[in-house]
Amino acid sequence: MIWETVRLSLISIRRNVLRSFLTLLGIVIGVAAVIAMLTIGSGTTEKVKTDISKLGSNLLVVRSGRPAGPGGPGGLDQVTRPLAAKDVEALVAHLSGARAIAPASQKQVRVIFGTESLTSGVTGTDSAYLDARDWNLVSGRPFSDSETRAGAGVCLIGETVRQQFFGAGDPEGETIRINRTSCRIIGLLEPKGYTGFGQDQDNVVLMPLAAYQRRIAGNRDIDNIYIAADDRTPTTELQPRVEDILRDTRRITPDRDPDFSIRDMTQIADAMASATTTMTGMLGAVAGVSLLVGGIGIMNIMLVSVTERTREIGIRLAIGAHENHILIQFLVEATVLSLLGGIIGILIGLAIAGLASVTLTIPFAPSPAVILLAVGFSALIGMVFGFFPALRGARLDPIDALRHE
Amino acid sequence: MSAPLLITFDKVWKSYGEGEARVHALAGVDLAIRRSEFVAIMGPSGSGKSTAMNIIGCLDTPTAGTYRFMGVDAGRLDRNRRALLRNIYVGFVFQGYNLLPRTTAAENVELPLIYRGVSARERRELAMQALAQVGLVGREHHTPAELSGGQQQRVAIARAIVTKPMLLVADEPTGNLDTARTHEIMELLTRLNAELGLTIVMVTHEADVVGYAERTVRFLDGRVASDTAKAEAA
Ligand SMILES: Nc1ncnc2c1ncn2[C@@H]1O[C@H](COP(=O)(O)OP(=O)(O)OP(=O)(O)O)[C@@H](O)[C@H]1O
Ligand SMILES: [Mg+2]
Repeated sequence: MIWETVRLSLISIRRNVLRSFLTLLGIVIGVAAVIAMLTIGSGTTEKVKTDISKLGSNLLVVRSGRPAGPGGPGGLDQVTRPLAAKDVEALVAHLSGARAIAPASQKQVRVIFGTESLTSGVTGTDSAYLDARDWNLVSGRPFSDSETRAGAGVCLIGETVRQQFFGAGDPEGETIRINRTSCRIIGLLEPKGYTGFGQDQDNVVLMPLAAYQRRIAGNRDIDNIYIAADDRTPTTELQPRVEDILRDTRRITPDRDPDFSIRDMTQIADAMASATTTMTGMLGAVAGVSLLVGGIGIMNIMLVSVTERTREIGIRLAIGAHENHILIQFLVEATVLSLLGGIIGILIGLAIAGLASVTLTIPFAPSPAVILLAVGFSALIGMVFGFFPALRGARLDPIDALRHE
Repeated sequence: MSAPLLITFDKVWKSYGEGEARVHALAGVDLAIRRSEFVAIMGPSGSGKSTAMNIIGCLDTPTAGTYRFMGVDAGRLDRNRRALLRNIYVGFVFQGYNLLPRTTAAENVELPLIYRGVSARERRELAMQALAQVGLVGREHHTPAELSGGQQQRVAIARAIVTKPMLLVADEPTGNLDTARTHEIMELLTRLNAELGLTIVMVTHEADVVGYAERTVRFLDGRVASDTAKAEAA
């Protein structure tokens, strides 16, 4: 009986392909929007999470400059005292609960090997940097202490740099030119991929801080200090300790604002993730309105369908159809129609999300639960908005209906 | 006549409208029809024939008086109970055929069985039997648009008898057909009446159609004006 009814409704939908399709557009757009949004949203969240773990978990980053607002970076226009070696030394000497403390300065610089060139993020740092950022070497070795101290012409390169210059080949022992200086490659960094902002984290060259300062930056400034908390210490506990030590060495009395900022990467990650969720929610509301419009479209077309088929309803009632038979027939038709729209919408939504995941380099993360929900929801829309027209059909007087022309 | 009563009208009124505009389509009809009778109903336009047919077929209920179908006071049943009565005991044939468009003959004939919950296989079988009874073998996959008027009316008759009903209600079944087709349909109805013992109540305007019935009831202004057996009418 139900199967018969479903078959019947498919036939009647097929009889009016164009009209059915136009009716479905609201549902299709609504469901496609929801699916695309939620899929992209969860992909972004996943991406942010993996970015954070790539950045190094439980990481604090110190920068010079006043924090602009809650959690925000310092304004670029401020003239501020840069971080210096003594700040790092003070932290190394006095900070407890840190697993690794590494200074780092970086700059986009043209790197040359043979006839090839590449603009790369050149970073001056020490061997603790790898530890602080949870970054391993695929091959080779980190800087030795003496190389760090002396500012030797050695460097570690990221995967992008290797591919540009050496293809799949072994870069170790080769010498690349950076600005007017050169360095010998002693190791290859593990690939990290792109950040959520589309920045290639593998397009990097690491070199000893002293060498960077002397040969590339031309000053002794330190841009960032990376501090990784150990397993027992939450970053929220570590942060005030860092601030105390730095206020001390930089002689900032407690009544004044610090001239440096400490960013907690975990907090930033959470903020980003929740911003994504908010966005998803807002866009979801927009999609919800579209679904409502789609539902009204279904109601409208079902009313038209009931009117058009008044005579058919009369015939069915005359030969002994129960009211519920008619009710179910039109309810099933509305549900099948809206379900069809839902399925088309899901396919389009997934296609959009798939495309977005390629262009935004985020993972394609379709959620079976969300898809199932969309299917259920579109069926529900059909039932809810189809009910009134179906009831109208079922309540028709058979004699009037038979006389209808 | 010893067959049991199938239909009894007891002072049946059917009125439409209110006050000044009130129209009495039926104004106190008394009528009894037994099982396996073949009754023709005649009368001028607007005399209440179709109104009476709708009540006989349990599609409609009287405004006043009692209508009994197989002893049951059908006028007091709700619409779904009457739907069940129609589905089990009544078959309808209309002047305008009233087949579902773009639906094959076989599917049209199966329709009443769907509402009975008969399985698809059995439906198909019964529909084929019914189509064979009306002489439409080989046309089961044609849609109404691909059939002539006479053939469409045969499909409608097949649909009416596929449930093996007790009563066939036919309101001007040959009204849209030419003389040759009319006689074919009337011969078919006569045969169904004789072979299956099917009770037939049929409205007609045509004098030569009346001859097929055993009994003629004439309506005038919502009342039964005359009720004659075939021999007397001839
Ligand atoms: N739904 C209705 N509302 C108001 N008046 C109605 C309605 N149905 C029938 N009538 C009136 O009842 C009277 C009888 O109608 P009915 O259809 O029974 O006539 P009939 O004998 O079948 O006529 P015909 O030979 O033209 O088919 C007519 O005057 C008609 O106008
Ligand atoms: Mg009539």
